[in-house]
Amino acid sequence: MVNGGPMIEIRGLTVAFARREVIKRVSLDVRRNEVLGIIGPAQSGKTTLLKVLNRTLDDEPKVTVSGAVRVDGADISKVRNLPALRRKIGMVAPLPVGLPLSIFDNVAFAPRMAGLRDRHALEERVERCLRLAALWDEVKDRLDSLGTRLSGGQQQRLTIARALSHDPEVLCLDEFSIAIDPVTTMRIEDVLKELRSRITIILVTNLVQQARRLADRTAFMLNGDLIEIDETEKIFSETPADRRTFDYVRGIFG
Amino acid sequence: MFQATPFSRRKQRYERLAQAVFLLMTVLIVAPLLLIVGYLIYQAWPILSFDFLFTNPRNGMRAGGIWSPLLGTIYLVVISLAVAAPIGVLAAIFLNEYTRENWLTRVINLAVLNLAGVPSIVHALFGLGAFVLFAGIGKSILASSLTLAVMTLPVIIASTKEALAAVPLPFREACWNVGATRWQTIRHVVLPNSIGGILTGVILQVSRAAGETAPIMFTGVVFYKAIKEGDPFAYGLLDQCMALSMHLFTISTQVPDVPKALPYGTAVVLLGSVLAVNALAILVRLRLRSRRKW
Amino acid sequence: MHQLPKRPGIAILAERAIEVLIRLCGVSAILFVFGIFFFVFREGSHFLFHGFKFGEFFLSPEWYPTSESHVRYGALALIAGTASVTLLAMLIAVPFGLGAAVFISEFCTPRAKETLKITVELLAAIPSVVWGFVGLTVMNRLIIEVFHTPIGLNVLNGGIILALMSVPIIVSIGEDALKAVPDSYREAALALGVTRWQLIYRVLAPAARNGLLAAVLLGIGRAVGETMAVLMATGHAVKIPSSVLDSVRTLTATIAAELGEAAVHSDHYQVLFIIGILLFSITFVINLTADLIVRGVRRG
Repeated sequence: MVNGGPMIEIRGLTVAFARREVIKRVSLDVRRNEVLGIIGPAQSGKTTLLKVLNRTLDDEPKVTVSGAVRVDGADISKVRNLPALRRKIGMVAPLPVGLPLSIFDNVAFAPRMAGLRDRHALEERVERCLRLAALWDEVKDRLDSLGTRLSGGQQQRLTIARALSHDPEVLCLDEFSIAIDPVTTMRIEDVLKELRSRITIILVTNLVQQARRLADRTAFMLNGDLIEIDETEKIFSETPADRRTFDYVRGIFG
Repeated sequence: MFQATPFSRRKQRYERLAQAVFLLMTVLIVAPLLLIVGYLIYQAWPILSFDFLFTNPRNGMRAGGIWSPLLGTIYLVVISLAVAAPIGVLAAIFLNEYTRENWLTRVINLAVLNLAGVPSIVHALFGLGAFVLFAGIGKSILASSLTLAVMTLPVIIASTKEALAAVPLPFREACWNVGATRWQTIRHVVLPNSIGGILTGVILQVSRAAGETAPIMFTGVVFYKAIKEGDPFAYGLLDQCMALSMHLFTISTQVPDVPKALPYGTAVVLLGSVLAVNALAILVRLRLRSRRKW
Repeated sequence: MHQLPKRPGIAILAERAIEVLIRLCGVSAILFVFGIFFFVFREGSHFLFHGFKFGEFFLSPEWYPTSESHVRYGALALIAGTASVTLLAMLIAVPFGLGAAVFISEFCTPRAKETLKITVELLAAIPSVVWGFVGLTVMNRLIIEVFHTPIGLNVLNGGIILALMSVPIIVSIGEDALKAVPDSYREAALALGVTRWQLIYRVLAPAARNGLLAAVLLGIGRAVGETMAVLMATGHAVKIPSSVLDSVRTLTATIAAELGEAAVHSDHYQVLFIIGILLFSITFVINLTADLIVRGVRRG
């Protein structure tokens, strides 16, 4: 759908595991083609928020979700074609995962499952995504080798290539750098800079400086509450709207 | 400084003694396998030959071979596994991949696990009550095979679940994240990487189905039945049949004056097949362990 | 740049069909599993509620199901038969089985461990009728030679055979239990200078206690449920044994021996099913207990 409204609208989202609320009545918008950073200490609900978006939260035991979430104008709780929704949203998990398939098949997996059969189209897509993910040069001569045999940093870039392979409109990254080396982190941040303003990016991170480097706007979550969301400049300035934001950003807690 | 004191020397002696005792216990357990196999072969030697396998028992089972029981066992094993393996594997896929952990699945898991330990004679009673009588199939190869299928089903479910669970969850999550459906994930990532374990589990049940006697004794396997020698299609689904395990029981307890080598020969063929199938399963498992993809 | 096409309708349909099939199998497997109890119960239920004498069954050793004049279903001798053979088997199998489990787990090189585990697995695969045959021939002759009895089919014979049959399960589950004890326990103890024996006796055995207990329970379950081997090796005397050289008959062997002759749906036939219910319940409880014990470890 092409309209001018926000890419993602969240209104009054509440998520609970058994009785324990992990997201408490959160409302926010994610604007088209912006980079939104989400920061906050552990157990703030940041990862859960991402899982709500592509509805992989459905599989967790004893979970209750209430509130409204719209992606590209469509209410996700009413969506019939779940795989299509998930293809609209690219997801990069904290721990790098290479599927036990060849590197080529790793990146071709999503398009193949969506129905793309043409070998030539697949090859073109695989190369494009591996280039975008800054991995092409390292693996172009061994596309047949197993994805699980790559290093952690390479597997994380492979995950990004996989996430891009199904033409997502939103790319979500959940603390992508915690298990990889700083050099690869920098390379991936370059990748994100390359992609910004072409697709919407939601960057959940525990490295506040990473949000400062990359995000247009930043949201601060604490214990399931959305404390503040604003231009990154404002969040990191001397005068954010909430005292807790000021403290967290300067490392006084968390 | 580090000289051996009398205390530490005594400790060392105790340690060696303990090791020797445990070694002895292990040897005493392992030795019977070799001794039994060896003794059976030795006693059966005069009668083992191709003829033995392909001729029917003759002369009130005091002579001849084991063709009819051998074919019967093959029929029973093939049919029972043809029923149990697909149902068991699919059921395990259902339980492991399609259900969320809740009280019902826990009850089912418990039931499946505990049913694997049911005495074989109780399976015989079940087969008699459910297939022969209630379903009206009557005593037949079909009833016996279904009884064996129900006997092997819980174990196939359990071992398949174990093989599926060995594939780490992050792989599945990565697939769901890129928009693959549950079945696509199973077909392209989970199954190919658990097929070794699944196969091993099924093969092991083959040997169990071949060796059991009680479940088939009252559901379709009989004392004696003459069939055409050398014809692999000699039995019909609703016929009664002979079986190797039952035959061994019969000629060693029910028939007087059987020449010595005959039951030993039957035992060797039965035991040999069972051990060969198990060895195959072990080989499959070892080979696939070395080809793991993560 | 190629747009992602839509999945062909037939592929989606096929996937739907497979998922239906999977659900069907899941449900039917569950039904079979519970069906076992249902059908066994059903065949014996009528007599169970109309005329079955619990007291006589459990307390009287007089088992005369085919008597013309005075039918009695006292199963005490049969219960004693099962109990005596199982007890003897466990007295042999538990120490040897646990000892072997300890050896494989603590004293073995990885190579030897693999070989021994395979051997134990092959031992477990031997069909019970073959074991019965061994009892009938080898053990029989041995016992006659050594003890000078007229027949060698008795509690001793059955006990030894059952021990050999139960050992593999005790060894493999016992070894699993010991493997589950974290290496840090071993390292800590050895750093304090204890011998291997002390390590096993004072550290590992208590730590693996639940798993080892479960191993023993499952061994007992195996022994109680065994049919063909005891049918062939323990003789045919329905009486309470006074020595290991007496012949006995177990509950399982009784069903196997008499089911063929009992007229379908007669009282005798139903009593045999009732014995089946008893056996099923005993092994179910044993397996359940072993399961809960092991689960208790994980929680605690």
